[in-house]
Amino acid sequence: METLEKVLTPEEQFQARIDADIRIEPKDWMPDAYRKTLIRQISQHAHSELVGMLPEGNWITRAPSLKRKSILLAKVQDEAGHGLYLYSAAETLGTTRDQMLADLHSGKAKYSSIFNYPTLSWADMGCVGWLVDGAAILNQVPLCRTSYGPYARAMVRVCKEESFHQRQGFEVMQTLCEGAPVQKEMAQEALNRWWWPTLMMFGPKDADSPNTAQSMNWRIKRFTNDELRQKFVDMMVPQAEFLGLTVPDPLVKWNEERQAYDFGEVNWDEFWAVVKGNGLCNHERLQARVQAHEEGAWVREAANAHAAKRAAREAVVA
Amino acid sequence: MNQSEWPLWEVFIRSKQGLDHKHVGSLHAADATMAVQNARDVYTRRLEGVSIWVVESKHIHASNPDDSEAFFDPAADKVYRHPTFYEVPNSIKHM
Amino acid sequence: MLPQNHFSAADAAPATAPLFPFVLQLADTSLILAHRLSEWCGHGPVLEQDLAMANIALDLLGEARSYYQYAAELEGQGRTEDDLAYLRSAVEYRNPLLVEQPNHDFAHTILRQFLFDNFHYHLLKALLTCPDAQLAAIAEKSVKEASYHLKWSSEWVIRLGDGTPESRQRLDKAIATLWRFGEELTTPTAMEKALQEVGVLPDYAALKPAMQAHTEYVFAEATLPLPTQVFAQQGGKNGRHTEHLGYLLSELQYMQRTYPGLTW
Repeated sequence: METLEKVLTPEEQFQARIDADIRIEPKDWMPDAYRKTLIRQISQHAHSELVGMLPEGNWITRAPSLKRKSILLAKVQDEAGHGLYLYSAAETLGTTRDQMLADLHSGKAKYSSIFNYPTLSWADMGCVGWLVDGAAILNQVPLCRTSYGPYARAMVRVCKEESFHQRQGFEVMQTLCEGAPVQKEMAQEALNRWWWPTLMMFGPKDADSPNTAQSMNWRIKRFTNDELRQKFVDMMVPQAEFLGLTVPDPLVKWNEERQAYDFGEVNWDEFWAVVKGNGLCNHERLQARVQAHEEGAWVREAANAHAAKRAAREAVVA
Repeated sequence: MNQSEWPLWEVFIRSKQGLDHKHVGSLHAADATMAVQNARDVYTRRLEGVSIWVVESKHIHASNPDDSEAFFDPAADKVYRHPTFYEVPNSIKHM
Repeated sequence: MLPQNHFSAADAAPATAPLFPFVLQLADTSLILAHRLSEWCGHGPVLEQDLAMANIALDLLGEARSYYQYAAELEGQGRTEDDLAYLRSAVEYRNPLLVEQPNHDFAHTILRQFLFDNFHYHLLKALLTCPDAQLAAIAEKSVKEASYHLKWSSEWVIRLGDGTPESRQRLDKAIATLWRFGEELTTPTAMEKALQEVGVLPDYAALKPAMQAHTEYVFAEATLPLPTQVFAQQGGKNGRHTEHLGYLLSELQYMQRTYPGLTW
């Protein structure tokens, strides 16, 4: 055993630990590429939570009942919390939140493209919870077992809190579908707009996702994009049927042989256009974040200045 | 840009009376008072805690993973420190 | 303060002192302030404070719902909490002017919160011994929340006052804009006076020394001079509002007004 360990390179030892499902912790040695990939992935995830507050935040002031208003506010607030947990996890890798935010604001860092679509009706609150959070959960649950300890622990917390999000979204949809015709139409119209963008959330097709193999090797990704997309369709089509809604894809059909649903092709031109910044809301989403950060600078500086003054006064007294 | 970032704090929460404070994550705050309140607002929204500790992250000193073998492996062969090492006759109760 | 003859006949003390309009006033006040705070969600100066403001908004929203539900019960006309919140016009709203003022910037938001919390906390403390059991019960739950809110907003007044020249200047501006709305909180309307006379409500004058002491402490810590008395703006508690409330309500009530009578 001893001798075998000694001939292994640090990379090989690292991979052996990952293969044995031993978590990597902040101070452990790790390949540079692993660190960089993780920072990119975790910060991208954190940015998505942060930007993801905006499309739903739109409707907090217009929620149709006091109960819905409370639920929506609590949910969007949870997203702030999730962003915070994830930024914290990324900070253990040697970056800072300020650096990550600077990358978001300059357009260097990405966030989930789904949030570049507009929320146009109350039914969108249902669709975002039911579909978008449903897709997010499929992505996130496997990450609770991801190889990097702080990331996995953050994801456990996120998933625990996220479970109410999808349920409240489904409940919004169900209430609409069981309501007046105008409400049912609202639900169908929203599903028509959100279905395809949600399928895009799982990322490009496996064939066009060159980093997948390495990420799966490192166990910072545990299923491929296409696997998760299929899982999602299999999960959601029956739920849409239960609601009495029609998924806007004429090719959706149960395949007895595969024991899975066949479905149509995502519009990849649209996918890449939105990723590259040409979605309907890319500009205003980013602008809202930059503005909040810039307008908050004086507040953060004031708190720092006050803390320094107070510390100086206490030092004199002591 | 970096001047306005608040220091990082580690948060420890006692989930109920009688249990230890456990590390739950971190956050940013300008001072200790704010760190405790931020911890309350961020980490106890679902009745997760009855008490909070915060420590500025820079004050935490950790063991080095390179020392892990020297630090922790020597405890592995001290089997006599564990009660299961000792055989107690069946007729002896309550030991 | 406005001369008494500015008030309409509707404000005259009723023969008996009905609790309904007062509970409604409490409900409107908490709802409108919660609504204002919720506008910050996703736009706060730092993630941690985004969460803090949403927590306060959720507390106030919960408190508003308790009051609306109780008001609906007192009224006994079959109206629900949502009917009361979503189907009354601005002139029917009874919140004091302070809470409907726009967020503007963090300094305005903090000062508005501080002025409100300082009153809210002391009012709730007094309501703990209210002869009306339901109001006392709501106060018992809410006073714990309000105590935290007051701590939070007081500390921020201190930080902004004794922070940087910019934060000081912004807080000064907020004081110049908002101080005139503080007096309405502790100036009883005819309806409140009637309730005070029968012992349901505390005498607001009795709350003032504790409020004043706290303000003096916070402003001293913040190195701020105590603001001089200004001409007090009043009227919200009698349904005469600033222009801001109409816009707020048109957003708040949009769905219920567009799709009347549906369940969401």
